[in-house]
Amino acid sequence: MSQPLIELHDLVFAWPGQAPLLEIPAFRLEPGEALFLKGPSGSGKTTLLGLLGGVNRPGQGSIRLLGQDLATLGQGARDRFRVDHTGYIFQQFNLLPFLSVRENVELPCRFSKSRAARAAQRHGSIDQAAAQLLAHLGLDDPALLARRADSLSIGQQQRVAAARALIGQPELVIADEPTSALDADTREAFIRLLFDECRDAGASLLFVSHDQSLAPLFDRHLSLAELNRAAKPREA
Amino acid sequence: MYLLRLALASLANRRFTALLTAFAIALSVCLLLAVERVRTEARASFASTISGTDLIVGARSGSVNLLLYSVFRIGNATNNIRWDSYEHYAKDPRVKWAIPISLGDSHRGYRVMGTSADYFSHYQFGRRQHLALDQGRAFADDPFEVVLGAEVAEALHYKLGDKLVLAHGVAAISLVKHDDKPFTVVGVLERTGTPVDRTLHISLAGMEAIHIDWHNGVPARGAGRISAEQARAMDLQPTAITAFMLGLNSKIATFSLQREINEYRAEPLLAILPGVALQELWSLMGTAEQALFVVSLFVVLTGLIGMLTAILTSLNERRREMAILRSVGARPWHIAGLLVLEALALALSGIAAGLGLLYACIALAQGYVQANYGLYLPLAWPSAHEWTLLAIILGAALLMGSVPAWRAYRQSLADGLSIHL
Repeated sequence: MSQPLIELHDLVFAWPGQAPLLEIPAFRLEPGEALFLKGPSGSGKTTLLGLLGGVNRPGQGSIRLLGQDLATLGQGARDRFRVDHTGYIFQQFNLLPFLSVRENVELPCRFSKSRAARAAQRHGSIDQAAAQLLAHLGLDDPALLARRADSLSIGQQQRVAAARALIGQPELVIADEPTSALDADTREAFIRLLFDECRDAGASLLFVSHDQSLAPLFDRHLSLAELNRAAKPREA
Repeated sequence: MYLLRLALASLANRRFTALLTAFAIALSVCLLLAVERVRTEARASFASTISGTDLIVGARSGSVNLLLYSVFRIGNATNNIRWDSYEHYAKDPRVKWAIPISLGDSHRGYRVMGTSADYFSHYQFGRRQHLALDQGRAFADDPFEVVLGAEVAEALHYKLGDKLVLAHGVAAISLVKHDDKPFTVVGVLERTGTPVDRTLHISLAGMEAIHIDWHNGVPARGAGRISAEQARAMDLQPTAITAFMLGLNSKIATFSLQREINEYRAEPLLAILPGVALQELWSLMGTAEQALFVVSLFVVLTGLIGMLTAILTSLNERRREMAILRSVGARPWHIAGLLVLEALALALSGIAAGLGLLYACIALAQGYVQANYGLYLPLAWPSAHEWTLLAIILGAALLMGSVPAWRAYRQSLADGLSIHL
């Protein structure tokens, strides 16, 4: 069996002076897997994503990303590790409004040499990588690339955000409620596009949402409430 | 490099605030530099009110007082000096030229100065410039001729051939006029930007003539009066003057002659070196000048605080921007750097615009200021001193930029990847 992409072990996290917010005995995400994690707001979802991104450190237990224990890395190294291996898609307003669509997509390559190198290797150049990813996601109008990001519709913006998460082939794409601002039709179309692109790039997808209706589309679905022991007493 | 691109794009996105901020800095920089330039030029022009004169001699009083009435036409002499004292030194072999001056009368607020024709050939101002006639000629043999300074002619609309009456004393409104002996305008001097512009020049003989029938400070009445015609026929050699200026053959003799004059036994005299007295006078006014400088420094500080406020208030609404940047791999120091660059860009553009504004103002006002205040403001490249000031402003802006940078650094550490609305 191959090495898991994410492996949490006996993870405990609490904000200073508060009761533990997260207690996750075990959690795994396999390479290439698309996982739906149901997490209503207030369930510690944001904190979990912060831990996976290496922004916060666990109090106890370990977080391994690609076999690397994040807790052993320094702040700067965690930041670098995050951008090298993870692409993010947020709820909405994912883009820097004052940059062009193309520049938004290329942002991770500006901060990560390895993603810039992989994008250039796979597509010839970073510009081409951005154009091809956008074209795959249905944004193939060349004029659109030069437009300001905030001149696009919400649906288009989320696709640009997906292209940004995927550029330079990170091993993991974390999507935090990326469809909550989309209507039902575009929602499913967006998720299918995301699946295709993640599969093409060989990336795992961790999709966090409170919308249970999307769960059947995924390989596997989990609820953060089930995973997290710390959450149970509060629900009861 | 990419951070700079991001900082500029982000600023461009908030261009209205950014422009206002840069404009405030530009105005303050322009003010500071303008004050600096006027200060420097005023000092230079003040120092060049009189040049080429080695000694000014008057009745014994204070050196600043002597300088004020003899050169700046401010205040009054405490006493006159005798004509033979003047002649004594005018004939001294070390003396190249001597200009007698006699003060005490006025015309509609402008001082009247009695002098000799040597005044027009030897008096120098600025960078050793001589007086020049704009119209007409210098006064000649007739005692009732007057040569006007440029400002007098312009303000009072006098032209050649006009007649004017001098008033006794130097008060703006004088009750006693020499209306029995009118003067004719024979010449108008070119503008000098010095007190010469505000002076009416008559001959010593003219000065003597209008006072010839005066006794103990009041005009004679009835039969005692002497008409202009009668006066012309009389001996108009003055017996006393107010002061005189000396040009020496050799500068080396200046100090020894000064000492000699100060120790002159026939009457108490005071000889001053104009340069030294000007320095003394300027140091008196230095406080006001420095106050102006300090005020403009505070205006610059206000401009920079405006920038600080603008950046700090933008921080909260830009937390999303920061979180997005963090998610694509920007480290906290990148975020801090972004804000420092932003402050730097604002300050630099403010300074550049301030310089532009300064030069535009100088180009526009140069002629007017020169004509009205005698100040020549050069359209020159900033001096080393001005560059230093600009560098200090930039340094202060960097220092201020580090405040929001530090806050953003803390904030981006705390917020991480969570997006705040």
